[in-house]
Amino acid sequence: MKGLAETATAVAGYAFPNDFHVHWSLMIVLYPYITGIVAGAFFVSSLYYVFHWQRFKPVARFSLLFTLAFLACATLPLLNHLGHPERNFNMLLTPSPSSAMAGFGYIYALFGAMLTMQILFIYRKVLVEQKNQATGIMKIIYTILSMGSDNIGSKALALDQKVISFLSAVGLPVVCILSGYVGFLFGGIKANPLWTTPLMPVIFLLSGTISGFSGIIVFYLIIKRSKVDMDCLRGCIKFLWGFFILAFSFEMLEIGMHAYQSTHHWDALHELFWGPLYQSFWVYQVGVLSIIPFFILMGLNLVRLPDIMVKFFGFIASLMILCQVLFMRWNVVIGGQLMSKSEQGAVFFHPEWIEKEGIVPAIIIMILPIVILFVLSRVFPFWLPAESSTNSS
Amino acid sequence: MDELKLSEIKKEINKDRRAFIKNVLNGTIAGSLLMVIPAGAMEFSEQIPGMKEETGLFIEKKKFAYVVDITRCIGCGSCCVADKSEFKVPDGHYRTWVERYIIDDHDNVYVDAPNGGLDGYTEPREDVPNPVRDTFFVPKLCNMCEKPSCAQVCPVGATFKTKDGFILVDHKRCVGCSYCVQACPYSARFIHPETKTADKCTWCYHRIRKGLLPACVSVCPVHARKFGDLNDKKSEVYKLLREPHVISVLKPYMGNKPALHYLGLRREVV
Repeated sequence: MKGLAETATAVAGYAFPNDFHVHWSLMIVLYPYITGIVAGAFFVSSLYYVFHWQRFKPVARFSLLFTLAFLACATLPLLNHLGHPERNFNMLLTPSPSSAMAGFGYIYALFGAMLTMQILFIYRKVLVEQKNQATGIMKIIYTILSMGSDNIGSKALALDQKVISFLSAVGLPVVCILSGYVGFLFGGIKANPLWTTPLMPVIFLLSGTISGFSGIIVFYLIIKRSKVDMDCLRGCIKFLWGFFILAFSFEMLEIGMHAYQSTHHWDALHELFWGPLYQSFWVYQVGVLSIIPFFILMGLNLVRLPDIMVKFFGFIASLMILCQVLFMRWNVVIGGQLMSKSEQGAVFFHPEWIEKEGIVPAIIIMILPIVILFVLSRVFPFWLPAESSTNSS
Repeated sequence: MDELKLSEIKKEINKDRRAFIKNVLNGTIAGSLLMVIPAGAMEFSEQIPGMKEETGLFIEKKKFAYVVDITRCIGCGSCCVADKSEFKVPDGHYRTWVERYIIDDHDNVYVDAPNGGLDGYTEPREDVPNPVRDTFFVPKLCNMCEKPSCAQVCPVGATFKTKDGFILVDHKRCVGCSYCVQACPYSARFIHPETKTADKCTWCYHRIRKGLLPACVSVCPVHARKFGDLNDKKSEVYKLLREPHVISVLKPYMGNKPALHYLGLRREVV
């Protein structure tokens, strides 16, 4: 067993011999994490594009590009995890209809296409203007992105608005399915007492929402700094607090439900939460990264604080929630595998730094969306200088 | 009267002698033929009664079942050795394993399976503080479920159920996503470190198709592992499953309906 990175480092009690291997490691932690950020960031954009809340207009377009950047990387951890990534298209070409996993490619592709179209329609006017000024390769790129149409008359733009509204409205349930579906992948595994709960898709969707809101707040503050629209920021923080209350409540309710039901699984789950998961769950996910941001967000929402404090504490709370969701993903994905299906023992697991599914590849995959976001910003400006809050995008 | 009887008896004895010699000769000729015609003749041994080499896609008109008799297993590990040898199972992964259960007089249950029981249980456990009330061994392998979770979750259909009831893996289709490993309630699956695909016990499907018993069944010195056709009313497994024995399956609440049954299954078994 030596040399296998996914092999458990220690065992308590009796674990089935094949349960010494944690087959779903860091890559499968990142997969729902990135998908959740995608869903949450898209929700931020929907506040303006679907629900027409003007105060969220300053981050609406940025949120869509942020969503696209992360969506582009959502499948990378999966591909890196597969034993035979070269066969991944078999899932699309010859899917097994009984498999929950087989549907991911279709939902992902559908949402990806809708999101891309929405962004292209939103930016069409800008792209046409850029095309007219550009030369060489950039002119070709802008021509392709503007879908070959130079018509930016009022009638054409009004039609664009209708298409954007339609794509936003349909995109919202699709992204809900995309994120909730990842929870379904875990919730559908009846062999694992930690995963098999109908609450799992709900918990994944809610935690994804808060990670998306947090991601937008963090990057909005980093990019805009002093030019942040405070009304928009306060609105985002308000929503973050609301969704965080829901997400954290459901996470605790799930544990409470297991404990209260006290089925034959509870002994094993108890050993898990007070054994291998004690630090990552109780200390970090619940203690440090949930309680503290909760009180910070409560203070930011209930007390009228100066802008500088809202920015500072909003940034800190959002950063902590991003970490909280990462820990939550770890505790669900890895935690579920640390408990042997013998329900008589648990294994301990620490990822390696440098190996196929280790910490370094995980960091690279998490940096990639930021690189993609930077590249996107070269073609799709996040914020237009001439744009005022009354103009429609 | 007596002389007549004596002559009849002698006649009968002579008849038997002739029949005996005839039978011996027949046997010798048949035996000699088997020795001079080695081409597969020994393989048609019909270890599974009525089961000859299957040339079709699936085995027809058979419904196989596997029964493990816990009251017989001595934990020698022969089955694990045979399995490892048959499939070149990589170290640290197990298609079959044998668990040792020890129950002390305080009703504490101690379970272990060092190296999957491959080395046999030759040494007693040293860490049981109280007097031992009971001890037994439980061999584990693929349950060949009627409703297999592994086949349900496989995104590309690489894990599939054959028409004759076997759950197999197509290594040329498997993408190595490990979803089946997570879905199996019995932890009977693993990802093969060399092929990077899912692997598990097949009940030696390749042997069964030739009428041979699974490797683990054929080497078991105490006949704790039994395999046969449920459609054959003379088979041992048919009789065991029909007669009033203490017999059950693992984790029945999972609803997978295993074709692997345990004779004398104890409630302590996980």
